[in-house]
Amino acid sequence: MNLELRGVRKDYGGVRVLHGVDLAGRGGEVLAVVGANGAGKSTLIKILAGAQPMSQGEMRLDGERVELRSPHDAHARGIRTVYQELTLVAQLSVTENLLMGNFPRRRGGLIDWPAAHARAKELLEGIGFGAIDPRTPAGRLSVARQQMVEIAKALVDEPRVLVLDEPSAVLAGTDLQALFALIGRLRERGVLVVYVSHRLAEVLELATSIVVIKDGLVIATTEPARTSEGELIGLMAGRRLEQIYPDRRAERGEAALSVSRLSRTGEFQDVSFTLHAGEIVGLFGLVGSGRSELARCVFGAEPATSGRVGVAGGAGGFRTPGEAIAAGLALVTEDRKGSGLVLGMSVADNIMLTTLRATTRGPLIDVGLRRRKVAEMIDRLDIQPPQCASMAAVNLSGGNQQKAVLAKWLLAGPRVLILDEPTRGVDMATRVEIYRMIDGLAREGLSVLLISSDLTEVLGATDRVLVMNQGRVTGEARSDQVTEDEVLTYAIGRAA
Amino acid sequence: MTGQLAEPAPAATAGRRSPRLVVGGRDVTVQAAFVTLIVLLAGTAAITSDTFLTPANLTNLLKQMVTTGLLSFGMLVVILTGGIDLSVGSVVAFSGIVTAGLVAGFPIPVALVVGVAAGIGFGLVNGVLVARFGLAPFVVTLAALTTIRGLAFVYSEVPIAPEDPGFLTLGSAMVGPLPLSTLIMLAVFLAGGVFLSRTPAGRSIIAIGGNAETVRLAGIDVRRHVILAYTISGACAGLAGIILTSRVGIAQPSVGVAFELDAIAACVIGGASLAGGRGSTRATFGGVLVLVLINNLLNLYGVQSFWQQVLKGLIIIAVILVQRTNRVRA
Repeated sequence: MNLELRGVRKDYGGVRVLHGVDLAGRGGEVLAVVGANGAGKSTLIKILAGAQPMSQGEMRLDGERVELRSPHDAHARGIRTVYQELTLVAQLSVTENLLMGNFPRRRGGLIDWPAAHARAKELLEGIGFGAIDPRTPAGRLSVARQQMVEIAKALVDEPRVLVLDEPSAVLAGTDLQALFALIGRLRERGVLVVYVSHRLAEVLELATSIVVIKDGLVIATTEPARTSEGELIGLMAGRRLEQIYPDRRAERGEAALSVSRLSRTGEFQDVSFTLHAGEIVGLFGLVGSGRSELARCVFGAEPATSGRVGVAGGAGGFRTPGEAIAAGLALVTEDRKGSGLVLGMSVADNIMLTTLRATTRGPLIDVGLRRRKVAEMIDRLDIQPPQCASMAAVNLSGGNQQKAVLAKWLLAGPRVLILDEPTRGVDMATRVEIYRMIDGLAREGLSVLLISSDLTEVLGATDRVLVMNQGRVTGEARSDQVTEDEVLTYAIGRAA
Repeated sequence: MTGQLAEPAPAATAGRRSPRLVVGGRDVTVQAAFVTLIVLLAGTAAITSDTFLTPANLTNLLKQMVTTGLLSFGMLVVILTGGIDLSVGSVVAFSGIVTAGLVAGFPIPVALVVGVAAGIGFGLVNGVLVARFGLAPFVVTLAALTTIRGLAFVYSEVPIAPEDPGFLTLGSAMVGPLPLSTLIMLAVFLAGGVFLSRTPAGRSIIAIGGNAETVRLAGIDVRRHVILAYTISGACAGLAGIILTSRVGIAQPSVGVAFELDAIAACVIGGASLAGGRGSTRATFGGVLVLVLINNLLNLYGVQSFWQQVLKGLIIIAVILVQRTNRVRA
């Protein structure tokens, strides 16, 4: 199906977020949409999904002008959208999630379960994930698997336009290859895939055409063959980025955190490593390799089964996050909304959360001191908008939310900073800021553990890299002496 | 770092439809609507009833507020954590009757302390069951509601009338134009407001209702703060029970049925979210005023008590609907 948007504008109560967007894609194409956070991609997706009406402009499907009044309307016209946020009902089986509302029935109206499971199996095989048991509750699947079920669900009634919002954010390795293969098959069937992603390397590999959005406008339409990652980043940011990763000349100090033979049943086994002051260490692993679980355990958020965690000049092991923080640790989790922020609270309240008891005068919080500290962090991390202290955290854009989380931890004055996927869902321009900041912190003597499933990042932004596979550390190397292929080999577990 | 990478916060300015009242850069539409409602209720009462503005009625009104007020503040603290405390009405009965029973044989301060301590004890148990054992607040406090009510009857099946005049002054004494009991309640609200907005524990309690995992990872002991919240609610209920007994001069094991519902209503009218993380002491106090004014007004009009319940329910729904349409959604 051919899709065309002309002059699409969108206002939210007097504020224009889309200023007349033109897009065109044909069946069998992959139309990639890229842009910084806040550029208007999410709004555009909502308009395509029928979740938001456009304020002005028109949409044409195969030349016919259409108006989408609801997501249901969009489905009826063959447009399906897979959002970044997972929408599966965790307690229900994969089959129920896939076929909700469309169950095969027996006579008398009862659900024909054998037929339903068979149909679900067929759908999963169709996307190259026949290994998933359709009877499993969706919540028991890994995030990557859930993402694939989410995509299978969108394919139930054979859409002709498929909108994918950051589909690869939680995928890596073979899962990612399966997604690419699926997109290839959809193209052959004449489906138009609209692919929204921050991962420019993927976009360049997959797309037939690329649309760059900035400030609610299409500022460039191009093709992979005619552009490069650097050019796209420059277009998105509105300036040229000569260098994404800062030059690292690590001056490794004393040991800051040592983990020895740490295990937690079912998650990771026998993990040992040492972080030094002034050093940035990457921890790479595919989803499910146990790296986030390891980080949470080191931080005292989950108990270890055995092993030791020690900081410089102190005894080992933390029973609670509070003990870890007191020993100079900080953990920026991968789930910003689930465990990084209290979304309904103000940015100031969020930033102060780790230092509530350190900013009191008598029994009461010192309001003046608090205001100064918050203002200082907003300024230091360049959190936008600058007057955001009293705004609810939910109203910040993704990149700025991430900065607010960082601000909270930096205020606690850590000596060891653990960052779990700090750049997921963050646009390239903000990423560059985050890399520079991490570099700056390391130069001040902090020890940083950077957990990432982005190979380029894990090698580019670090001094040393550890690789995990199925709960074990399977490789370690200096970041400038190892190739992406070698790291991936360690991560997948085949002999190098 | 440069400022040119600034991204506009998408929802900060989005989605406003109804006219807003802004004073000093702050949106005070809801507050203004609140004050208007209270003035309207009081104004209607003053104009249409001869008795509303009499000192006797106003004093009575101020005294009636005390129980609902104390329970509502305690309830607010629990609601902020994302919980609920259904046991407060039973705690009122228990602490009231125990205090009344002790007044006969012990010094008054001892009786008072035991009354409040009973409330604290029950709150502590509720809190431990919720925080330590991870049980659902609704279920825990529902069980407490029936258990504590039963204990009140076990202590004394018949009402106890404490005769010590010293004890009775708690509910009847006036400080200038204001009843002592009302001043105690106001003090609780004032101190409570400072506690929630200005102390680490208060901020933690609100944050826990917003996202307990974030708070836990920030190194804050979530369990301890949840237990503290239920304990505060229990203490408020204990205090309310003592004051109520002193005011009416008799403690009944059956008193306080459905008091928890008025307390919850006051919080909700004040804009608190039952999901936790949002609510304010000032607005909850406004909610108490609205409820008490409605009660008083309907009494003055001689509306039958069953119809009072119906009207009160409808007014609560109306107030919440107005708030819902006014809330700027992110």
